[in-house]
Amino acid sequence: MTWVEAIFTALSSPLFYKLTIMSALPLIFAAIGGVFSEKTGVTNIALEGIMKLGAFTSIAFVFITGNVWIGLMMGLFSGLILAFLHAYVSIEWKANQIVSATALILIAEGLVGFLMIPIFGQEGQTDFVEKLPLIRIEFLQKIPFLGEIIGEITIFFYIAVAVIIASWFIIYKTPLGLRMRAVGENPRAADTLGINVKAIRYFGVLMSGLFAALGGIYIALGDLGQFQEEMPAGRGFIALAAMILGNWSPIGAMWAALLFGAAEALNIQLQAILDLPSEIQALLNLLPFILTIVVVAGFVGKTRSPAASGKPYEKE
Amino acid sequence: MKFLTKNKLMPFLVPILAVLFSLIIAALVILMIGKNPFSAYAKLIEGAFVGKFAWADNITKMTSLLLTGLAVGFGFRAGVFNIGAEGQMAVGGMMAVIVGINMGNVPAILAIPITMMAGILGGAVWASIAGFLKAKTGAHEVITTIMLNWVAYHLSNYLVSSPLAVGDGVPKSPEIARSAQLPPLLTVGAASVPSGIIIALIAAVVVYIILEKTTTGYEIKAVGYNPYAAEYGGISISKNIVLTMAISGGLAGLAGAMEVMCVYHRVFGAFTGGRGFDGITVALIGQNHPLGMIFSSFLISSLRSGAGDMQTAGIPEDIVVLIQGIIIFFVAADRIIKTIINKTSDKIAAKKGGEQV
Amino acid sequence: MSNKPEIDYKEYAVVMKNIVKKFPSVLANDNVNLEVKKGEIHALIGENGAGKSTLMNQLYGLYDPTSGEIYISGEMKTFKGPRDAINAGIGMVHQHFMLVDNLTVAENVVLGSETRNGIYFNLKQAKKKVKELSEKYGLKVDVTAKIEDLSVGAQQRVEIIKTLYRGAQILILDEPTAVLTPQEIDELFVIMEKLKEDGKTIIFISHKLHEVMNVCDKVTVMRMGKVTGSVFTKETNEKQLANMMVGREVVLTVEKTAKKPGKKILEIEKIWIKDNRHLEAVKGLSFEVKEGEILGVAGVAGNGQTELVEALTGLRKIEKGHYYFKEEEVTKNNVKELREKNITHIPENRHKHGMVLEYPNYYNLIMGSHYKEPFAHRGFLRRDKIMEKTKNLLKKFDVRPPVANLETGNLSGGNQQKVVIAREVSSNPEFVVIAQPTRGLDVGAIEYVHKEILGLREKNIGILLISMELEEVLSLSDRIIVMYEGKIMGEFKPEDLSIGEIGLLMAGKTLEEVKVISEVEAHASHSGGDDK
Repeated sequence: MTWVEAIFTALSSPLFYKLTIMSALPLIFAAIGGVFSEKTGVTNIALEGIMKLGAFTSIAFVFITGNVWIGLMMGLFSGLILAFLHAYVSIEWKANQIVSATALILIAEGLVGFLMIPIFGQEGQTDFVEKLPLIRIEFLQKIPFLGEIIGEITIFFYIAVAVIIASWFIIYKTPLGLRMRAVGENPRAADTLGINVKAIRYFGVLMSGLFAALGGIYIALGDLGQFQEEMPAGRGFIALAAMILGNWSPIGAMWAALLFGAAEALNIQLQAILDLPSEIQALLNLLPFILTIVVVAGFVGKTRSPAASGKPYEKE
Repeated sequence: MKFLTKNKLMPFLVPILAVLFSLIIAALVILMIGKNPFSAYAKLIEGAFVGKFAWADNITKMTSLLLTGLAVGFGFRAGVFNIGAEGQMAVGGMMAVIVGINMGNVPAILAIPITMMAGILGGAVWASIAGFLKAKTGAHEVITTIMLNWVAYHLSNYLVSSPLAVGDGVPKSPEIARSAQLPPLLTVGAASVPSGIIIALIAAVVVYIILEKTTTGYEIKAVGYNPYAAEYGGISISKNIVLTMAISGGLAGLAGAMEVMCVYHRVFGAFTGGRGFDGITVALIGQNHPLGMIFSSFLISSLRSGAGDMQTAGIPEDIVVLIQGIIIFFVAADRIIKTIINKTSDKIAAKKGGEQV
Repeated sequence: MSNKPEIDYKEYAVVMKNIVKKFPSVLANDNVNLEVKKGEIHALIGENGAGKSTLMNQLYGLYDPTSGEIYISGEMKTFKGPRDAINAGIGMVHQHFMLVDNLTVAENVVLGSETRNGIYFNLKQAKKKVKELSEKYGLKVDVTAKIEDLSVGAQQRVEIIKTLYRGAQILILDEPTAVLTPQEIDELFVIMEKLKEDGKTIIFISHKLHEVMNVCDKVTVMRMGKVTGSVFTKETNEKQLANMMVGREVVLTVEKTAKKPGKKILEIEKIWIKDNRHLEAVKGLSFEVKEGEILGVAGVAGNGQTELVEALTGLRKIEKGHYYFKEEEVTKNNVKELREKNITHIPENRHKHGMVLEYPNYYNLIMGSHYKEPFAHRGFLRRDKIMEKTKNLLKKFDVRPPVANLETGNLSGGNQQKVVIAREVSSNPEFVVIAQPTRGLDVGAIEYVHKEILGLREKNIGILLISMELEEVLSLSDRIIVMYEGKIMGEFKPEDLSIGEIGLLMAGKTLEEVKVISEVEAHASHSGGDDK
């Protein structure tokens, strides 16, 4: 089969679209999280660390308590804690936000690696645990093509839809969202109108912790059912690229995440359809990272980041 | 008098206190898993400083840490966050192997510099990709260098699994030629200290000279502090960004070359083992100053050497990653430490000069 | 203080009593008393650093007074933040606008006090309310436009509407005319009269004495943190006010010798330049400058002057047209190449372009020449030569403190400007582009800078002077051009036109049109009777 035939075969199968959605889900959550933080003017590149900690914590608590919902809750909570640390030093102590985020990525990595043996008794990856449920909707399943894609899909799909709609509404249709956007552009102007710049920024960063953790939890508890130490394997940074490509808007981030998801889905499908030598397979694995570089290089300047992003706000 | 010295001491106090706080917090984490922090730290000290094997291990690790620290720190001086030292080190190591394998018929006096240059160039070119993208398109170097790290990681795995693979077991490349290997500096029994440490120390001095004594250093620092003023002064921002990344990558590449030439004489799959990220810690604790980094690289190498011994005592090695993360965290939030120092010294001054005002 | 008769606080919109405001390194307000009657237009004047902005920031709740009391309409108030001040009916239009660039006019006005239905932000209602206010007070503005697309005058109108939306009865205007053309200034005064008729009180911060005399009822003068006088405008004049501001006899004009300019040194031929948003900022500009001549560029900010300066000094690309220096084409030359040709630049924003704040004086003083002899030899810096030059310059230009390894960021604004000037002037330039040289400086420093500029002229150096301060341009220049929307509206000698005529040029009329208008006016006033 030629390349072209293989691509067509892949694109015409509902499995491709399902894989696209599943690959995009963690990116959607993390990227929207990034949007919340950066919109209020705080750069948060620690999404990778938050995803890792969220994934680990959720699996750990399911392992300990046997309850997937507790796992979910604790995973989210861990994300909030890490995000709070970033928010605290960035907002109160004017820390360099890139350095603080790098620190948090290392802290997450160290903490997770350190606790593997004490909690799970083994390194590298954990045993499998119960996953969060799939949702099966009968009448959806009956629809041709579409039914095979979303008729039976992880609950995170519906959570993502809710998150996307809610985020869009909050940011563009509420006073809170207007203030967020003002604080991210010109915090001094917002301050002179009596807006609490710090509180808004805390909100943005904590939301990023919540959503990024959700992304990590999906990878571990929603998709695979186990935790592997490399998780999320660079996806936290790919999510940043999706945020930039999506021009710092939730809907834009969604489309960008779907693009990256499609690239990965195509990669998986092609490797299944064609019998490729290992060198080509290795090269295909590089695609998401190279794509990220191309996006980040090509779209900076064409998309517009919040003007005050990354700069600590100091009252004079 | 107290206040005079306080200001001078501040750049030293901040990292020292950051390390101290970090060790305290890590001790609490160790307690959390039911182990004794004192015996853990005792094992740490033992593994780092006791016995010839400890020192050999320590200095060996210090070599690559100093080089990756210099790489990251140099970048910071220009306002560039080179988080890609990991990938640049990998590419440097790979280039050193590819060239070193073919040095069989070349005498050592040529083979060694050539192999070293291969490593330096490999790292320099890899970093320049990110530098060039930043200069031309404004692409944020944190994202591009991290992505390049992953690309380098996959490339090196691929390299030792297919084209260069030898033998069975762990995927690895062939050994480089004897003439390209750097003999150890000092051997005591079975423990040896690599000559690479000398190269690393020389590199630190060279970096210092570049930054403080040359026009290039003047321009690079200007770009780091205020690119607008630099541009106004006729300094080319793009040229200096690429140059900075190249030098930075070259240093990281040299680290990779040293690993290959002094220690293993070959590459394994992912041989860089997080050293690139350690470079960030070394740079931040050393306040991006070459001489400061000599001390901070020794600190981190001691932590890493000791970690092995801690592992055997039941404390997972990742504790040092955690410690490093916490140190960086406090360095980022240095105002917290500065405020604590100021408040404490004010209290002491108030107690002393209570009557005066 | 205790001899003053007791006043009835209820007649006064604002009474600030014995206000003291201390910062760690400076006593900004030293027992300041301010009394503003209801319905009064009250000026607060003083040099930069006199303490006016600090005082008003306390009135607006941005700072807490160290001690002292504030009474609004007779009631004592403590403001814990701008919200409290806003609730007390105080509105402030800052000198540097507090607007969010990528949001619309309506969104900016209601920000923080949004029109809402529950959690839903009602943008439609916001637009409606803003439109109503705009029409009521004659503040023309497009409610759906984004701030970044508006002219400076329009942005100021948005700031005023912001205060009215929140029910301001007391408006603080901080240097409002700095960014307006003479005509827009007149429009602003009309708006202020309308507001006064509506019962509003206005506090007008300025350093422009003729405006203050023109439109204000009463003036309070501050100097070095204290009040040096409080008088009714009809009982005083500009000279007295200037003396109270500065504390000594002030020379209000600059001494300029007559001088014959030399041969042409710089020529611009139909150049086109784009701004940061890729829009045309300079459209087909042409002019020339001679040796020993000061060509002044007047015009309201934002009409292409910044882009012109950047293009002439190599910081911005010239899209079309030609740039000649001493008969040689230099259109495509970069910053370094232009500096090599002895074209130097005293930048508009000294913190952004003029210096690296973290560098010591001896580093900043060689910026631009740092790579060549005598300061560098084969790539290595020559510290002895650098220090020698530094010590000389610090002494010659009276920089205080004259410490070579002090970080320039630690100097005062005036001394920082001296460092910049010292550097640019001592590099033996043949042409200097000078942009906004006295922004943010006090009268003493301004006098010094003007002297230096005239000194360059004496040395036969060609000078292009861009400034938003019309008086500065008029007093220093040999010839003047006015820029509007990237074009030259007219070229003339300072004595040829009146302020009103120049104002028309700044607002977009060409020189021919202005001459026609002047003739018509002159004719009408001569013939008497038949006007209207």
